[in-house]
Amino acid sequence: MKDLIDILDLTTDEIDALIEKANDIIANPDNYREKCRYKKLATLFFEPSTRTRLSFEAAMYELGGNVLGFSDAGSSSATKGESVSDTIKVVEGYADIVAMRHPKEGAPTIASMKTRIPVINAGDGGHNHPTQTLTDLLTIKRELGKLDNLTIGLCGDLKFGRTVHSLIQAMVRYENVKFIMISPKELKLPDYLVEEVLKKKNVDFIETESLEEVMPQLDVLYMTRVQRERFFNEADYIRLKDTYVVTPSKLENAKKSMRILHPLPRVNEISVEVDEDARACYFRQAANGKFIRMALILKLLGIE
Amino acid sequence: MHIDEIINGIVIDHIAAGKSMEIYKLLNLDALECSVAIIKNVPSKKMGKKDIIKIDEALDVNLDALGYIDNGITINTIENGVKTNKRHCELPERIKNVVKCKNPRCITSTEQEIDHIFKLTDRENKVYRCIYCEMKAK
Repeated sequence: MKDLIDILDLTTDEIDALIEKANDIIANPDNYREKCRYKKLATLFFEPSTRTRLSFEAAMYELGGNVLGFSDAGSSSATKGESVSDTIKVVEGYADIVAMRHPKEGAPTIASMKTRIPVINAGDGGHNHPTQTLTDLLTIKRELGKLDNLTIGLCGDLKFGRTVHSLIQAMVRYENVKFIMISPKELKLPDYLVEEVLKKKNVDFIETESLEEVMPQLDVLYMTRVQRERFFNEADYIRLKDTYVVTPSKLENAKKSMRILHPLPRVNEISVEVDEDARACYFRQAANGKFIRMALILKLLGIE
Repeated sequence: MHIDEIINGIVIDHIAAGKSMEIYKLLNLDALECSVAIIKNVPSKKMGKKDIIKIDEALDVNLDALGYIDNGITINTIENGVKTNKRHCELPERIKNVVKCKNPRCITSTEQEIDHIFKLTDRENKVYRCIYCEMKAK
């Protein structure tokens, strides 16, 4: 495997190996400090991001490597009209591996087809975000000890939420995983995921608009933000943005062992008071993002 | 109705009735100098009605494109007035530059000179999806 564009580029065995490697990095960080010495990661972020870019950069620095790149399209030659194909051909002369975020769906796919160095999709529009999914899987495994036999509630923007799409694709491959989709009608899961993934694989799932009703069933509550940047119409965004807010009182009926995940940033969909609840693990999840990206960089560079 | 036999060329047969103009446009047959006959609504035992296109010139046709439009089509090659080859179209695994991705969020909407490639994701329902953004071909 040269690149990571879609979470399905990885088999479940490969995912398990990455999780194992990330756990080893967490346990023995000193063993990895020099692994990527003299290697360079290019972070090509055509769209703003905080945690994804910083976690990639932190991951490369912790492996002893270096980082170069840009953090928004305004400071790149994209503003001069340069294509993704040309950008990647230039960058391959300077870096050993690339992490790319782009507002257009499929941009990292094109990049991967045009270069010999590994390309990691760090988010392409509303499409895929495989390293977030790896982060989510590592977090679920560390918090609950397993990736099978779980009921997972996905709540909020399921239409444009790329993290949700990738997580579903990854989790349907594990035994006895049930999904509960919680969203307003306007932000329901796209038809291709329902028809070609959930129904085709006979995955147990229900769609609902009520978070309260399903809360007691959940092992994982995966919250998402309604993303302003995905709407062409501001009025639709304003109407839908406050549909779901998790508060301590709403968690009263939840299992004690349930875990609340969120890819972050949050706006107001999880009340700050919830942060103190042991079930809230979104900040631990963000920290896990660095370790799984370290494991991924090592794998794609062929370093043990 | 009488149409001259072709000597060297191809006959695209078993086209679903009404689809011949779509194929004419897809294969850019308007650019040919030779005789091209579009015969519509020909009685057919198997299909009830069908369309046929006769092209009086040896031509490499894009079988994948034809298979995408209608995988029941057959292509007969005629040499010196004799049928020398008969090929059946199949649903192709991939199609390149046959249809364009209509998703405004797809990279194909902005990247210059990029091939529009779709892959078959559901053979039963003939669903093709853009390899970049996974939008269904329309």
